[in-house]
Amino acid sequence: MTSAASRLRVAERDGITCVEFIDRNILDEANIQRIGEEIGQLIDAQPQPRLLISFQNVDHLSSAALGTLITINNKIKSKDGQLRLADIDPQIYEIFVITKLNKLFKIYKTSEEAIESFA
Amino acid sequence: MVNGTSHPEPHGELRLPARSDGLKPAEQQILSELERLDFDDSARFAVRLATEEALANALIHGNNEDPNRTIHVRWWVEPNAVTIEIQDEGEGFDPSSVPDPTAEENIELPSGRGIMLMRSFMSEVEFIPPGNCVRMTYRIDSPGPAASS
Repeated sequence: MTSAASRLRVAERDGITCVEFIDRNILDEANIQRIGEEIGQLIDAQPQPRLLISFQNVDHLSSAALGTLITINNKIKSKDGQLRLADIDPQIYEIFVITKLNKLFKIYKTSEEAIESFA
Repeated sequence: MVNGTSHPEPHGELRLPARSDGLKPAEQQILSELERLDFDDSARFAVRLATEEALANALIHGNNEDPNRTIHVRWWVEPNAVTIEIQDEGEGFDPSSVPDPTAEENIELPSGRGIMLMRSFMSEVEFIPPGNCVRMTYRIDSPGPAASS
């Protein structure tokens, strides 16, 4: 799934699409747009998507990246799917807390815990 | 500038084209200055985030992504503080008119969180009328509420 220009690593595990970011910084508009499009294609390809996004490699993200995550969440909800976030660095998790998006998203400490949580 | 007007001349200054691929030099130069002054990881995280958000606002909302417009970035550094000023060529705005992005009716909107993050991670954030210039300061001894938690 990972192509030369892809910004994501994608793997399938127990019917769950697991996504990791290649970039350590998810900040600039063009990069975020590209990530949103790639994840959008993954969602479109499944009738009822079950998606795990791991932030294991991510050091920085911006409010624009949060916006893309919200769009992804809405898209998955519209298909009655499930989204989980995991492996978020404490500094980045603080961004989710400040914006109260930790209440909107289902966030797990590790990818393992997130995978176990899927219905 | 960090303590009022004690340093009227900025330590660094750039005029950047209003393109998303043209803004990196400001962030890079400010961060390398903070690294030189031994600002710790949480300080650099806060300043980077706030600078990124302010530049994105200047690019998208202030300059409407018009590549013929510029974004003027100036910064002042002291051993314990950094002040960054980012000015666009737009008409400005009233920051008090920006809706609370954490309100229930706004929580699922994909935009509108940048100013909240700037205020959370920096010690001071001031919009200079008519609102097309933001001045923000990070002080090591009194960082923003998020940066100190």
